[in-house]
Amino acid sequence: MHFGPHLLLAALEGLVTSAVLALTALGLSLVFGVMRVVNVAHGEFFMLGAVLAWAITSAIGGHPALGFLAALVIAPLIVGAIALVAERLVLRRLNYNPEATIVATIGMLYIIQQLALSFYGPEARPVEPPFSYRILLPWFGYSGYKLSIIAASALLLIATWLVLTRTRIGLIMRATQYDSETAQAFGIPVDRVYGGVFALGAMLAAIAAVLIVPISQAHYLMGQDPLLLSFIVVIIGGLGSLRGTVVAAVLIGLSDGIISMFFSPTLAKMIATLLVAMVLVFRPQGLFGTAAR
Amino acid sequence: MSEASPAKAYALHLGVIALLFVLSFVLPEYYHGLLARIMVLAVFAMGYNMLFGYVGLLSLGHAMFFGAGLYGAGLAIIQLGWGVPLAFLGGIASGAVLALVIGLLALRATGVAFMIVTMMFAQVFYLLILYFAAWTGGDQGQVVPQPARALNLGATSLDLTNPTVRYMSALVLFSLVLLLTLAVVRSRYGRVLVAIRENEERTKMLGYDTFSNKLIAVVVSGTICAASGAAYALLFGYVGSSFASVQYSILPLLWVLLGGAATTLGPLIGTVFMYYVIDVSSGYTSAYLLIVGIALILLVLFFPKGILGSIRQRWLGWLP
Repeated sequence: MHFGPHLLLAALEGLVTSAVLALTALGLSLVFGVMRVVNVAHGEFFMLGAVLAWAITSAIGGHPALGFLAALVIAPLIVGAIALVAERLVLRRLNYNPEATIVATIGMLYIIQQLALSFYGPEARPVEPPFSYRILLPWFGYSGYKLSIIAASALLLIATWLVLTRTRIGLIMRATQYDSETAQAFGIPVDRVYGGVFALGAMLAAIAAVLIVPISQAHYLMGQDPLLLSFIVVIIGGLGSLRGTVVAAVLIGLSDGIISMFFSPTLAKMIATLLVAMVLVFRPQGLFGTAAR
Repeated sequence: MSEASPAKAYALHLGVIALLFVLSFVLPEYYHGLLARIMVLAVFAMGYNMLFGYVGLLSLGHAMFFGAGLYGAGLAIIQLGWGVPLAFLGGIASGAVLALVIGLLALRATGVAFMIVTMMFAQVFYLLILYFAAWTGGDQGQVVPQPARALNLGATSLDLTNPTVRYMSALVLFSLVLLLTLAVVRSRYGRVLVAIRENEERTKMLGYDTFSNKLIAVVVSGTICAASGAAYALLFGYVGSSFASVQYSILPLLWVLLGGAATTLGPLIGTVFMYYVIDVSSGYTSAYLLIVGIALILLVLFFPKGILGSIRQRWLGWLP
C-alpha cells in the first residue's frame, strides 16, 4: 500500500480508538468532575464490561447479533450495580476524601482484577461481532462494524450531552458539581446524586468495552491501557468539559493510531504520556478546561 | 511528636537493629532469606514514607526511583562491567538526579494532579525500559551474573550471593537508612516538613521556602528508594521491568499505610506484616491481589493511622 491508503487506514483505526476512548473518558470525567474522586478502578469497570459481554454472548448463543444486543444492555447494568454497591460501602464512608478514595479505588482495582482472573481465567476470549459487512473504500474494504462503533459512540455522546444540558437530572448534576453544599441546602439529595454519577461513570466504561470487545477480545488485564489513556484525555480536555473530552479523545486516538502505524506502539504511548504529564505540569486546568475552582 | 527523650528513641531503634542482627543467627534458612529481602524493601518503604508520611505528598510513581537504582546499578555491572561499590553509587546517583528533575517538574502540580503527574512520569520510565529492550532486557529482565556480585576489599573478597553476607549487607543498609530517617525527622528540617504537611500556606507565611524544602524531600526520598533498588540488584541479582510498573509504586504506599505513616519504624512493620500475610495466605489461595485489595480498603476505612500510628496515638506518645 502507498502512503495515502496507509494514512487513511491509520486514521480510521484511530477514530475507532477515539470513539471508545471518548465514552470511557467521559465516565471518568463525570466522576472526577462531580464527586472529585479519582477513580483508579475505572479501567477495571471497563474490563468487567468486556468479560461480562463474553459471558452473556456465550450463554445466549444463536445469531451473534442477539447475544451482542443482550450484552450491550445487561453488562452495563451489572457493572453499574457493582459500582453502586462499591460507592455505598466504601467511598461514601470515606466522605469522598480525595486521597483516601484513591487508595480505596486502588484496592477495588486489585479485587476486581483478581476476581476476574479467578473466575474468568487468564485467556483472551473473542466475542463475535453482531454483523460482518465490509464497506468498500477506494483502496480497501473496511469493517462495517468498526464504523458502526464510531456512530454508536457519537449517538451516546450526544445523548449524554442532551441529558446534561436539557434535563432536570443534568441540572441537578451540574448544581452538585458546582457547589455541593449549596445544592444540599436547596434540597438536592447529594448522596444519591454521587451514587448515581459513580454508577453512570462505570456504565459508560462498560458500554465502551462491550462495543470494542468484538474487535479486541476480552482479557482480565485489558483495563490498564484505557485507564491511563482516559486520564490523559480527561486532563487534556479539562475537567468536566464534555466538548474538551471529545476533542481530546479524537486527538489522542488519531495520534495514537497514526504514530503506532508508522512507528512503534510503545513509542506512541511514551510520547503521549510524557506530553500529558507536561500539560498537567504547566497548565493544570487542561487545554480546553475552565479554570480550576 | 513529643520532645521528651531522644535517648529513648535512639535506644529503641538500636534495639530493633540489634534484634535483627541476633535473628540472623537463629532464623531458619527460609526466613533468613525472606528477612534479608524484607529489609531491602523496607528501605524502599522508608524512602516512600519520607515524602508520603512526613510531607503528605502522595506519589504514585516511586517505582521509578526504585527502578532507577535497580537499573543504574544492574546495567552498570552488566553493560559497563563496573565493580560492586561503583555500581551501587551509580544506582544511587541515577536515582538522585532523576528525583531532582522529576521533583522540579511534578512539584508544580499539587494534590491530585501531583499523584497523576508522578504516575505518568513513572509510566514513561517503565515504557522506556520496554522500548530499549536491547539494553534493559525488556519484559524478561536480566540476571546480574554471579561472579560480578563480589565485593573486593583489598585482599578479602565478599561474595554477595552468600546468604550471611547478603543478610548483613541488607542489615547495614537498613540500619543506616533507619538512623538517617530518625535524625532527619527529629531535626529542624523534619519539623518544617511536618509543618508543610499540616498547613502549607501558614508555613509559607512563617517565611519558609516550602518549594525548596519539598524539593529536598523528594530528592532525599528518591535517593533512599534508589539505594534500595541498587541493593536489590546487587544482593538478589535480578533486574526486571516489573519493578518499575505502577503496581510496584503502590506497594510501598500499602506497606507504609499498614505500618503507620509518619512513624520511623512503621515501614519495617508494614513490610514484615504484609509479606507474612501474603506468605501465609498463599498457602491457602493464589489470589494474593485480592488480599492486597481488601487490606487497602479496610485500612483506609477503619485503620487510617496504621499499626504503629495507632499504638503511638493510644499508648506510646514518644514514638518518633
